[in-house]
Amino acid sequence: MSELATENNPLLVAIVGSGPSGFYACEALLKSDLAVKVTMLERLPSPYGLVRSGVAPDHPKLKQAIQVYAKIAEDENFRLLANVTVGKDISVAELLDTHHFVIFANGAESDRKLGIPGEDLPGSHTATEFVGWYNGHPDYRETTFDLSHHTAVIIGQGNVAADVARILSKSVDELRHTDIAEHALDVLSESKIKEIHVVGRRGPAQVKFTPKELREFENLELCQTIIDPAELILNPESGAELEDKSNSGQRKIYQQLSKLADIQGPSKARSCQFTFLKSPSKLLGSERLERIEFERNALSGEALSQSARGTGDTFELNAGLLFRSIGYRGVAMPGLPFDNNKGLIPNIEGRIVENGEHLTGLYVTGWIKRGPTGIIGTNRADSVATVQSLMEDLKTLDAEIDKSGADGVCNLLLSRNVRYVSFEEWKKIDQSEIDRGQPKEKPREKFTYIREMLELI
Amino acid sequence: MTTIVTDNCQKCRFTDCVTVCPVECFHFDDEMLYIDPDVCIDCSACIPECPVEAIFEVDDLPEDKEKWIAINAEKAAQLPVCEEQMDPLPGADERKTALGF
Repeated sequence: MSELATENNPLLVAIVGSGPSGFYACEALLKSDLAVKVTMLERLPSPYGLVRSGVAPDHPKLKQAIQVYAKIAEDENFRLLANVTVGKDISVAELLDTHHFVIFANGAESDRKLGIPGEDLPGSHTATEFVGWYNGHPDYRETTFDLSHHTAVIIGQGNVAADVARILSKSVDELRHTDIAEHALDVLSESKIKEIHVVGRRGPAQVKFTPKELREFENLELCQTIIDPAELILNPESGAELEDKSNSGQRKIYQQLSKLADIQGPSKARSCQFTFLKSPSKLLGSERLERIEFERNALSGEALSQSARGTGDTFELNAGLLFRSIGYRGVAMPGLPFDNNKGLIPNIEGRIVENGEHLTGLYVTGWIKRGPTGIIGTNRADSVATVQSLMEDLKTLDAEIDKSGADGVCNLLLSRNVRYVSFEEWKKIDQSEIDRGQPKEKPREKFTYIREMLELI
Repeated sequence: MTTIVTDNCQKCRFTDCVTVCPVECFHFDDEMLYIDPDVCIDCSACIPECPVEAIFEVDDLPEDKEKWIAINAEKAAQLPVCEEQMDPLPGADERKTALGF
């Protein structure tokens, strides 16, 4: 048999997950000088991961990254097998039997918990649920949100927290012509929320919002943004942080917060207040969430390594709705090791390791590799690095050459009556979504039930 | 809205930005990089990567650098895409020091 990774004997790589990190790994493989065939597996019938179901509907430009992925998917050496759950419909061992390498790019699907009393009261939600719901993710189609309350609180200081706050702040008219799911638009149109609080544990010099996301709060139709200028007064260490040369990004964020604090506008129907150095300590209510107890924090430590600690000083806020957005967490995959503390798959430079030993053939990229940090493009560099590790290992690979690749996987799936969805079939679903969005002047109206998608193909 | 490469990139061309661009919107010549405004999706991932802070969102662009909006659009249309990281230009480190970074 001819040498591995040549035309007659291509390298067969399975990639689990079809979000940015999966597609960038695929791109790096297909661009290499080697002959490679990629089988991409996706749990839903629809590809593109968080670009489809995470990026906010009012950020259509960011979603144009999908055009890059769709182009990669047209490569003759690419096969999509969507609607297939690895670990259930097919095992990790079976993927490794049929492919030379398997790259896990399945993201971080769960949330970190606050770990405080009352966290599971009705009315206390994760941002993930809400984001998935307004973006039409099938997992959250039946989730309900009661927006009949006066006050909603969002815990977190990153862009997901900003997304949730903005969706609650905007008028239905500001969202009507986006790809927001229809069921969400209907519920948002009945929203009674008047006050939104975005609460973070650290100070205004440490928040993780981007200046661009904050700028979007400057001029909302129905909602005024409030920042108490007194809250922007910095302790000396935070002042030093913003002066530091390495910290110009954080300086821009602080300047944008100051600008928001300075805006003097007419009062509007809703308000969104950003507030700092507070952590929820208890969620209170008899049947459901009614009040939140917060503890005020103080920063301690040296500049650039300060941490927020509770001061013991507490106060309560009446609120019927809470979203926590304090970070995503990976979920363990049957057949693979898992680092429960960090919520990711243990790895060294993308090689999956167990007890310090590389598990031959198994790799990881994206959020499940490094944790939930960075934005879409961060995954490109990350996936290129994982593929580099894989290519280095290829030189020493003593693998059985005869592997059945995507066809082998399809045979197993057919024998188990798993209806996998090809990229060609996804394109039909995609076109139907675009067509049914048209009369409503939306870029698409997503299908939010898996059965609806499967009925189309 | 788009994102703009400005004069600090000249004679540096570190290309760290290119590794995180999700859409391959950087183009290059022997001097520096340019962003194609029709391809850039305004994700801003490149901005913190630049070791000489040459990249700005249009909204943050200092007034004396506004001419770079047209230069980026014009040059990007004519030049090849920068697909992956390249070696910085000779003398880039000295230039970086001279720029105060």
